[in-house]
Amino acid sequence: MTLSKRNILSLSLTDKRLARLLGGCALLAALVVVLILGFLLGESWPVLHHAPLTHFFTDASWHPTQHLYNVMPMLTATLLSSLGALLLAGPLGIASGLFMHYYAPPRLAGVYRRLIELLAGIPSVVYGFWGLVTLAPLVGRLHPPGVSLLTAILVLALMVLPTVALIADAALAAIPAAYLRGAAALGLSRWGMIAGVALPAARTGLVSGLLLATGRALGETMAVLMVAGNAVQQPHSLFDSVRTLTANIALEMAYAMGDHRAALFVSGLALMLLVLILVGMADVFQRKATYA
Amino acid sequence: MLKNRLATVLIWLSAALICAVFVCLLADMLRNGLPRLSWSFLSQAPSDAGRAGGIAPIIVSTGLIVLVAVSAAAPLSLATAILLSEFSSPNSRFCQVIERSLEVLAGVPSIVFGLFGNAFFCIYLGLGFSILSGGLTLACMALPIMINTATVGLRSAPDDYRLCAAALGMSRGAALLHLLLPAAAPAIIAGLMLGIARAGAETAALIFTSGYVDRMPDTLMDSGRALSVHIYDLAMNVAGGDANAYASALVLVVLLLIINSLASSLTQHWLRNRIMTS
Amino acid sequence: MTTNTSNTSHCADNGNPPEHAYTLGPLQVGPPCCDPEPLLRVDNLSLHYADKIALENISLAIYRGCITALIGPSGCGKTSFLSSLNRLTDMIPGCRVSGSIRFDGLDVRSPNLDVQHLRRDIGMIFQKPVPFPLSIRRNIELPLREHGMRSQAEINDRLQEVLRDVGLWDEVRERLETPAQALSGGQQQRLCIARALALQPKVLLMDEPCSALDPIASAVVEDLISRLQGRYTIVIVTHNLAQARRIANYAALFWMQERGGRLIEFGRCQQVFEAPAHRLTAAYVNGQRG
Repeated sequence: MTLSKRNILSLSLTDKRLARLLGGCALLAALVVVLILGFLLGESWPVLHHAPLTHFFTDASWHPTQHLYNVMPMLTATLLSSLGALLLAGPLGIASGLFMHYYAPPRLAGVYRRLIELLAGIPSVVYGFWGLVTLAPLVGRLHPPGVSLLTAILVLALMVLPTVALIADAALAAIPAAYLRGAAALGLSRWGMIAGVALPAARTGLVSGLLLATGRALGETMAVLMVAGNAVQQPHSLFDSVRTLTANIALEMAYAMGDHRAALFVSGLALMLLVLILVGMADVFQRKATYA
Repeated sequence: MLKNRLATVLIWLSAALICAVFVCLLADMLRNGLPRLSWSFLSQAPSDAGRAGGIAPIIVSTGLIVLVAVSAAAPLSLATAILLSEFSSPNSRFCQVIERSLEVLAGVPSIVFGLFGNAFFCIYLGLGFSILSGGLTLACMALPIMINTATVGLRSAPDDYRLCAAALGMSRGAALLHLLLPAAAPAIIAGLMLGIARAGAETAALIFTSGYVDRMPDTLMDSGRALSVHIYDLAMNVAGGDANAYASALVLVVLLLIINSLASSLTQHWLRNRIMTS
Repeated sequence: MTTNTSNTSHCADNGNPPEHAYTLGPLQVGPPCCDPEPLLRVDNLSLHYADKIALENISLAIYRGCITALIGPSGCGKTSFLSSLNRLTDMIPGCRVSGSIRFDGLDVRSPNLDVQHLRRDIGMIFQKPVPFPLSIRRNIELPLREHGMRSQAEINDRLQEVLRDVGLWDEVRERLETPAQALSGGQQQRLCIARALALQPKVLLMDEPCSALDPIASAVVEDLISRLQGRYTIVIVTHNLAQARRIANYAALFWMQERGGRLIEFGRCQQVFEAPAHRLTAAYVNGQRG
């Protein structure tokens, strides 16, 4: 017998040490979020502590050089462009999911899925670039200047569409086959089956997909920065040039100092909080679904 | 009946529309990008603000940034994934706190990462505008996706291995090293690939962390321009840079495509194996 | 394989059980068949999963060198009982064990116990054969190396010895480097037994080792188990009553009562099957219930 006892003891001791080491690493990974929040807060503090938050909504305009920090036009642009993108990408994405599951022949569905996956991998700067050189002139023919809220909406919709489509695909794939067989056995038409059984059954997945897509659209920088025109103004029509919160940060960070820089961090903080709320909502939604 | 037919038509139409738009996008990339693409484009330094010349230093910078990001994020995410899947129960408080914070991290907009990276790495840690700052910022971004895929991979490694190894008196570390990590390797590597793809596609987080300098970097402390930042700069700030922007975009898309399809084929392969052995 | 055989006498089925070897009902009289000193002694063992009771107040002795069969309907806690003997229950979140388990004078439930060492002494075989995704050789080598065996010559000797023990040597000697998962189900299970034997355990716990195998492979494994009798102390869970009757020296009937799994009857195999003391046992072994 050469199985040593000492060796085993040290092994289980290694297990404990290993667990402690891993715990430290995991804590570090979890700490990143705290660090981000902390630094955003810290950097925005100069503005937050000597001016009330209403400042950001009641100032006459966004003129950092004159200490005017009205973010309303940019907030409006962010919300409008995300909403528009969601209105376009939502139905199209869900339709794509349905197409892959109930309409396309399997081979075509496979090809289509690959295409969508491919699109999900295209970087936002490429979408933005393509929007700038191809879409914007097209929109400009309708109504100059071309770089506008509408172009931003179109490019954003294109960008978040793969997210919606892939999550819809996963949600539809998770529907128990028995449900669909049951519906088919009742003699429902294809659309009857989809509207009556598939969509309600996949509801939670679809909604969380839409929430995630909203988060992406709100936080997207490059694509909108390149096609929205970046004029700080309250948009009156789809063809107006707008600047989103994210684009504003990207444009002004390079030279912002003092309060101006802090104001940009405040807008970053606001974006992060918006996304936090969306993640929370998606979470609550999913939890409700599991307990229902 | 009418509704059914209408739905069929609409769904086929939307699928066709999406295909058309994307084929258009890709064709556009190819048509405008391919003519510029050549060995000299890949091997020369840019000149005339990027209108002429190639993208060699930019490819090197991109590679270095991604390398920094991966080498910082990979060990951390592997360790976290192992902790989440092997050393804590999914219902434990600790586990849930970590998972929740990663969920939030996954949703943080990239420009916010840029702000954070600028404030923390560039200024607070004094790394300045450098490849190191950019890479570390991207590491933070890539953490959630890498941890998630690795955790899922490890959690779906057969429980039998764990029980059996324990019944043979093997330590958890040994079971992990010899049985579970090999079983989950494809998922872990796929996660790595997805992390690389995410880092490579990023622009907004890099503008204020790794900077714009398009010279060949000498050290990690030099500022370096990533491919995506190069495209942005050519398109927005350089009149007449479109042709080179197209070619750079094509290079970036092809690189990401290769990485993504590697990841997905690994996952597929892994899934097939799992089905066959279970 | 000589370490454990010296002080154990081979069981003969006409022997007599030691004292206290039953829970309910009288036992036949006669001289003890196996080592009268129990190797494993379980007292008042209860086991909970979260708030559910799985086992309640089990007291049982496992005798050295004997085969003890645990029988009873599904879900009455036999597997839980088995796992509590080598502390595999530690791996199950929410599982609580109370009562005392003593193994060879050692308190199994002591928090200071070296669990890995315990599990080396108490091996376990599962229902589904679980060869690791490694070569046949590595399957046996890995746990040996984990337990500190370094010399390759020693490992090779042990490998050959245990593979001969389970009758696998002639079948696999030419392909020790091929993946273990390519073996047939019965071969895989025998490999798993060999892997456990390589650590020279004192006790082997077997959780329905034959039920996932086809009848022929099952017969081979059963044959192997009965050959191990005397050299190892074996506790086997089985749903195959005929098998229990063929190979076991002792039998214990578990039954699901309203509060949890309980031990209904424990005694010599022959007695449990031919002269059961409890009406549930009588009904179960005669195939009327469960």
